[in-house]
Amino acid sequence: MDLSFFLEVLLGGLLAGVMYSLVALGFVLIYKASGVFNFAQGAMVFFAALTFVQLTKIFGMPMWLAFPVTLVVMVLFGIATEKVVLRPLVNQPPITLFMATIGLTFFLEGFSQLVWGSQPHGLELGIPDVPMEWLSQSSGINISQFDLFAAVVAGVLVAVLALFFQYTRIGRALRAVADDHQAALAVGIPLKHIWAIVWSVAGFVALVAGLMWGARNGVGYSLTFIALKALPVLILGGFESIPGAIIGGLIVGASEKLAEVYLPPMLNAPLTEFFGGTVNLQGIESWFAYVVALLFLLVRPQGLFGEKIIDRV
Amino acid sequence: MLQSEMSAAQLQQHVRAQRIGDVNLSVENVSLAFGGVKALTDVSFDVREHEVRAIIGPNGAGKSSMLNVLNGVYHPQQGTIRLRQGGDWREFHDMDSHEAAAMGIARTFQNIALFRGMSVLDNIMTGRNLRMRCSFLEQALWLGRAKREELEHRHSVEEVIDFLEIQHIRKTPVGQLPYGLQKRVELGRALAAEPTLLLLDEPMAGMNMEEKQDMCRFVLDVNDHYGTTIVLIEHDMGVVMDISDRVVVLDYGRKIADGTPDGVRSNQAVIDAYLGVTH
Amino acid sequence: MLYREAGQFRTTYAEDQQIFPIRQDRVAVVVLLVAAFVVVPLVGNQYWLSAILTPFLIYSLAALGLNILTGYAGQLSLGTAAFMAVGAFMSFNFVLRAPWLGIIPSFILAGLCAAAVGIVFGLPSLRIKGFYLAVATLACQFFVVWALQRFGWFSNYSPSGVIAAQEVVILGYAFNTPASKYMLTLIIVTLMALAAKNLMRSETGRAFMAVRDMDVAASVIGIPMMKTKLLAFAISSFYCGVAGALHAFTYLGQVEPEAYSLELSFRILFMIIIGGVGSILGSFLGAGFIIVFPIFLNLLFGGVSHLIGDEISHAVLSNVETMIFGGLIVFFLIVEPHGLARLWQVAKEKLRLWPFPH
Repeated sequence: MDLSFFLEVLLGGLLAGVMYSLVALGFVLIYKASGVFNFAQGAMVFFAALTFVQLTKIFGMPMWLAFPVTLVVMVLFGIATEKVVLRPLVNQPPITLFMATIGLTFFLEGFSQLVWGSQPHGLELGIPDVPMEWLSQSSGINISQFDLFAAVVAGVLVAVLALFFQYTRIGRALRAVADDHQAALAVGIPLKHIWAIVWSVAGFVALVAGLMWGARNGVGYSLTFIALKALPVLILGGFESIPGAIIGGLIVGASEKLAEVYLPPMLNAPLTEFFGGTVNLQGIESWFAYVVALLFLLVRPQGLFGEKIIDRV
Repeated sequence: MLQSEMSAAQLQQHVRAQRIGDVNLSVENVSLAFGGVKALTDVSFDVREHEVRAIIGPNGAGKSSMLNVLNGVYHPQQGTIRLRQGGDWREFHDMDSHEAAAMGIARTFQNIALFRGMSVLDNIMTGRNLRMRCSFLEQALWLGRAKREELEHRHSVEEVIDFLEIQHIRKTPVGQLPYGLQKRVELGRALAAEPTLLLLDEPMAGMNMEEKQDMCRFVLDVNDHYGTTIVLIEHDMGVVMDISDRVVVLDYGRKIADGTPDGVRSNQAVIDAYLGVTH
Repeated sequence: MLYREAGQFRTTYAEDQQIFPIRQDRVAVVVLLVAAFVVVPLVGNQYWLSAILTPFLIYSLAALGLNILTGYAGQLSLGTAAFMAVGAFMSFNFVLRAPWLGIIPSFILAGLCAAAVGIVFGLPSLRIKGFYLAVATLACQFFVVWALQRFGWFSNYSPSGVIAAQEVVILGYAFNTPASKYMLTLIIVTLMALAAKNLMRSETGRAFMAVRDMDVAASVIGIPMMKTKLLAFAISSFYCGVAGALHAFTYLGQVEPEAYSLELSFRILFMIIIGGVGSILGSFLGAGFIIVFPIFLNLLFGGVSHLIGDEISHAVLSNVETMIFGGLIVFFLIVEPHGLARLWQVAKEKLRLWPFPH
């Protein structure tokens, strides 16, 4: 087996995993602070990226201006969501809230395409997607500059968020709210503001994720369903853990890439023999991550870093 | 004393005492721990057929844990539960709740474990689940045997409903009922299973005087009418004194007294435990 | 005044257990059945039969399947379309490779295949709950579609993956007109809906609801967890499988694996949320709504574009439709989480008092 090729695939997978983590982070934030699994996170990533692209393309805004403007839009979205969707559903079971976010996803997706149009767009951030010269020359391994940039951004974001949750007053309030809404209200934590803040921060994370994904893959509506890829990441890492989102993302990204590249050549032939007809395992990555997550769930339902779930009568 | 010389209460006690049979449940040296927390330590007592046995003790004494061990929800690390069925004794170190239910042990829960989306009637019908024999295919076709079985069980459940005087709410979804009525429905579900041993976890909790009197009446009626052996956890001393035949007292997971209500009431260790005297 | 129950006494438990205890309901149902079975095939035009009523029945059946699993048994599933796909492709294969079986047995076997897949992917429900379980059903959804695309056997090695369903011939009679296809679908769906209702009002239904409401308590009183949950998956997948078979044979005629995508699973989930979770009637109401609504929207937009004299593009229309569906989901969850079925019940309650206000 070609070692440098293997390393290249592995590192490529890890870096793809970083991208997944960026999306998963948004989920973790909202789940940590409100116990809601926000299926609309993917749509938020899509909407943020699309808004940014259109601001730069249609209005010709320079990037340093488009970013804060988009951020303001995301904050407004967060506030609106809290008011219209979350507040009326405040005491409902989590499954109801989850289904509400599914509805929100469809609404946001339709809205994004209605306002900004449905063709895919390219996104230029100024960092080229080319292999790093010195690395490919010295060891024959090709790693894109852009991927590395994305990894650094993700790392910084995770560090900042982790510190925020652990050490600031607002971070503590967010954790209190996640544990018990009623109790948090009882000690005077303003629920409405907290949720608006959380969704705005999640919007910020969505914007960063959207920019990274958009620059890499273009901005098309398939971005909405990136939300689904975040699920295996969260299962592996635990729904409430920020570092877990990174670790989970790395594992999912790496295993998916490795499976995509190595499994079909290895298994196509023996399986063809076994089944008698042509067997081609190409495309295995469409379900591989989910099955891995599923198997993991059976062994350790709370994920690597999550809290154990206890059921009482 | 001649029967003619006893007071009404004494007479009632006397009549009930005569009905109490042999031991049919024996708890032997049961110890239960959760990690470092010792819920029960070396607890032993027995229960006689047809009696009303109360388990009392200050908060955190391990009463609910004891009940959970009896119906297979918790598995003790040490000790044995022996249950008499007909003539034979069966021994358990590790019974699961399904087995317990199949052996005729039914219970109610401290925090009401009813199925909120279903009506009172349906909730009580679930108590009959172990007696339903038809397969799902027969139920889908609703012919002959399935229909007859459903109606037969409906009949039994309606008897329980009559007994507990809840006819007027039989179609109401349980989630909409007030607390006291929910507790009664839960008792109904346990009764529908025609249990030989009924475990009641704080059946009077959160009730006002009238509701308590009603519940006491039902508990005693169950014991009189069906002859069911009853083990109950209760905080209200008046209730315990009135309706139980014998009492077990737990404190910090250990048994500190075991005897008649009067005997236990005057036991110094029990008084100390309740007053919080360190020992 | 019309809907009074006065004078209707139910003197036996059998009468009380009926599906329609109130006489007016029974009359209404008979009228509806006569209309569906007799009037519609005679009067209905091709378009309505083949493009609206037949798919309405098929999606109602799929929604019913999902409702059994998610609404009654409380196990969230995002893999409904995958079970339909199994039903569609397996029925095609049975008819192709064992034509002596006949159409109806092929449908039943295809449903059983779907049930088997349902049990396999339902096994995780014994350990995990809620939206963690959604991951298992997602795995099922993606895996099934991929397998149908990759393993040529399923589509009889057709290069595009598309299968053309054979003509439906039962006992020598060919069901090849819109009216006959509608009738066949109607008969199958009616029988299966009746079976579902019977199941849900028996012990099976109660066991499902007990598991949904408080599974720990259910297992303590003796309801077997594994058997109940797997039975829910099996029955639900069977229903979705048969719906898939009908989808291929009496509706589309030609299907490919991509048609049974995650989007379809979501659509069916929307049907039960809007129609009413945990309600047989709700499955039909929700399916009807989701099928009819785009048509209504189309007409509306047609009118609007007439008014403003400008063509409204198809893209705009479909985006608005998506937005409205999303918005409706949120609306229903806030205002009436039990969906159209509960609204219908409330209307009936009001009708009982009419013309008095209370």
